[in-house]
Amino acid sequence: MAEPMKIRATLQVDTADVRILMQHPMETGQRKDAKGAIVPMHFIQSVVVTHNGKAVLDAQWSQAISRNPFLGLRVKGAKAGDRISVTWTDNKGDTRTDEVAVAA
Amino acid sequence: MNQLRRTFLKLSGAALAVGAGLLKSGAALAAVWNKTAFESKAVADALKNLGAANLIDSKDIIITAPDIAENGAVVPIAVTSRIANTQSISIIAEKNPFPLSSTFDIANGAEGYVSTRLKMSETSNVRAVVKADGKFYTVVKEVKITIGGCG
Repeated sequence: MAEPMKIRATLQVDTADVRILMQHPMETGQRKDAKGAIVPMHFIQSVVVTHNGKAVLDAQWSQAISRNPFLGLRVKGAKAGDRISVTWTDNKGDTRTDEVAVAA
Repeated sequence: MNQLRRTFLKLSGAALAVGAGLLKSGAALAAVWNKTAFESKAVADALKNLGAANLIDSKDIIITAPDIAENGAVVPIAVTSRIANTQSISIIAEKNPFPLSSTFDIANGAEGYVSTRLKMSETSNVRAVVKADGKFYTVVKEVKITIGGCG
């Protein structure tokens, strides 16, 4: 159901520059549809990024993050070929995990 | 002999239990979503519910954001913390209906840097709160919004 993420991890000297693009509507619960009914909240609450299995970033989000969220981070001490894995979970319990290798 | 075997079984049983416990905590890696903080409607309440008290203004935190964002639905915000042992970064859009937008817990070699995109309802201060060594540091930057992004 959930669309795959686009993850790019490139090595800059000893730091991996990780950019993640998720596909998610991120409904705030404030918007109304054409009939005037409130569109219920639907947003990513938690994003966990791991580097070779170790959590490096644990994000908690509110509905104020933009639609199709972008997340950028940097991981020190990374090497080419290291595994970067990203998992998000939304407020409806939907979840998705994607993984990439760090590119040199 | 039998005695030994019994001890061995007991020990391996304990090891298994520990292993299972570890696995479980691994699955529940994500911190519990801080509902009270995220549902606070005032900046002061959000800060209180984050546990952030005695905020220290710091020049070592840099908010990279546009001075004027035309579209409030997509405001690129990056926060860089040069404070040693940065543990977490929170981003607060002060005039949003729910000011606290996000909290990032940093560990295991991630740099004190996060970049994301926020929705902002109107022109307001964006506040970054950095937790390092149990202390809280903060900095603000005003972002002007031409069209609000909360509709």
